Amino acid sequence: MNDEVDHSRRRLLTAATVGTGAIGVAFAAVPFLSSWQPSARAKALGAPVEVDASKLEAGQMLKVVWRGQAVFVVRRVKSSLDQLGNHDAMLADPQSDDSAQPDYIKSSGPARARNPEYWVGLAVCTHLGCSPLGAFEANNSFQVAGADLGANWPGGFYCPCHGSKYDLSGRVFKSMPAPKNLAIPPYAFASDARIVIGVDDAPKV
Amino acid sequence: MAAAPESADSSKGGSFLGWIDQRFPLTSLWKSHVAEYYAPKNFNFWYYFGSLALLILVNQLVTGIFLTMNYKPSSAEAFASIEYIMRDVNWGWLIRYLHSTGASAFFIVVYLHMFRALLYGSHRKPRELVWIFGCLIFLLLMAEGFMGYVLPWGNMSYWGAQVIVSLFGSLPYIGGTLVEWIRGDYYIADATLNRFFALHVAALPLALIFLVVAHVMALHEVGSNNPDGIEIKKYKDAQGHPLDGIPFHPYYTVKDLVGVAGFLLLFCGVIFFAPSFGGLFLEAPNFEPANALQTPPHIAPVWYFTPFYAMLRAVPSFAGTQVWGVLVMGASIVVLFFVPWLDRSPVRSIRYRGPIYKVMLAVFVLSFIALGVCGLKPPSGIYPTLAKVCTILYFAFFLLMPWYTKFDSVKPVPERVTGHA
Repeated sequence: MNDEVDHSRRRLLTAATVGTGAIGVAFAAVPFLSSWQPSARAKALGAPVEVDASKLEAGQMLKVVWRGQAVFVVRRVKSSLDQLGNHDAMLADPQSDDSAQPDYIKSSGPARARNPEYWVGLAVCTHLGCSPLGAFEANNSFQVAGADLGANWPGGFYCPCHGSKYDLSGRVFKSMPAPKNLAIPPYAFASDARIVIGVDDAPKV
Repeated sequence: MAAAPESADSSKGGSFLGWIDQRFPLTSLWKSHVAEYYAPKNFNFWYYFGSLALLILVNQLVTGIFLTMNYKPSSAEAFASIEYIMRDVNWGWLIRYLHSTGASAFFIVVYLHMFRALLYGSHRKPRELVWIFGCLIFLLLMAEGFMGYVLPWGNMSYWGAQVIVSLFGSLPYIGGTLVEWIRGDYYIADATLNRFFALHVAALPLALIFLVVAHVMALHEVGSNNPDGIEIKKYKDAQGHPLDGIPFHPYYTVKDLVGVAGFLLLFCGVIFFAPSFGGLFLEAPNFEPANALQTPPHIAPVWYFTPFYAMLRAVPSFAGTQVWGVLVMGASIVVLFFVPWLDRSPVRSIRYRGPIYKVMLAVFVLSFIALGVCGLKPPSGIYPTLAKVCTILYFAFFLLMPWYTKFDSVKPVPERVTGHA
């Protein structure tokens, strides 16, 4: 019997065994990692939501829940709609080039809406996901959460967590903690004031 | 009969302990880690905090186990189950306050323990791994603290989780998917609470215990540092024990018991008279249930995270992303790991260092405290500017360390530890 060890053969076999084992571990990890993804039930609960915005007065807003997130539906006052294009120079992303919104919102310009009268957007600050407050009083020192928004406040949204400010179309002002405009979810009008959130097209009723 | 294997060591005779020792190294473990672990004789006040941290760890484990017996980790029941513990479970309020106050006490003690290392150079060669295990323990403690804070499912729990989990969303490309994966839903939901519970009560404590054992084993391998920052192993007596060392037991076990008494006095004072500690240990918005549609007017994390939170807020978004603040906050922790190599001073202890290190350490401590205050306050008035300045000072302490510790003057270091007999 030969007592000599074939080291290169031993190394090769060890490496092959370790390699095969590592591949096995990688495959075995997949079910565990994947179990952290949204479950079938969570996905089913993320279905579209319908809102009747006809009861909103001009200058009012409501929040609806879609996928556990609050969504703003704001009925904007005509006079503030006209001013929306006047402060582009103060905005971080006036054309919403870097911000999340469906393609069909782009053509509406500063209004950022399928129907300029109703603005729909996620009530989720793009900084760290807090819920901004509506602060619609234009050109008025407006006290919200202890912060004075100043005499030149054009009206919009204010995030109480870290002080980010957005205009009435959810466009963020320059030098704010939030980097992007408020995201706009996919939505469609089923009739003049019936909004379906979570779909790009709704059958007309 | 010839010598049977079990009678080979006559010193381990017929006693029960001998029977154990032949099968498990009980006596030798006891000797090497307690009864004959020689620690420097000049430990002072700052050396209480290691044993206190261990005490609090035990407190958290025991009270935590009893809390799980009545807590329900579901978004529908969690908040009510905490109320149930507080009102209906016999002594439930005490067990919960021991746990919630223990969390804050843990961070107080750990911060002081880390400060001790910076004072006396306890992280310096050959104790780099002691320090690194310690930094990992600190990191895990932060994860434990964060996930534990989510479990009561109050409104601050909810929005704190929302803010912290969203941090991962700022990472390019993978951010969105990663956040969805962490939450297990499209928002902070039942799935999130349930998995945080699993991590908080099982996965992280196991890892924590493992790291604490590694921390102590690494320490006992190289021996404890001391306020003079010199090696006691240089001068040994005839038995080979350091002349300036004393056995950990009974000398330091007894000394640490005095520390325990002092600590318990303060700890119980908080538990019985100010368990929410003016909104610092338990925040007011957390006394109402989680509400996905209503952000508390001002979100501030629990006090022990506020210095890091202030750094996160101090960095403005740039190039269309706010990932920079997240990176700065991450770097503020990562930089700790490198301290043993950033420090180039020829001496360890602050006692023999020059004025520059003393000033830098003082500035560092003040800016860390100021950052903690900034993180508690709303981001308006003087606080955003103060946070920016203090963030720079925080990093200056670490990143300039290779230079100022090298050029700083030093005093002659004694051969033997100082202080009376």
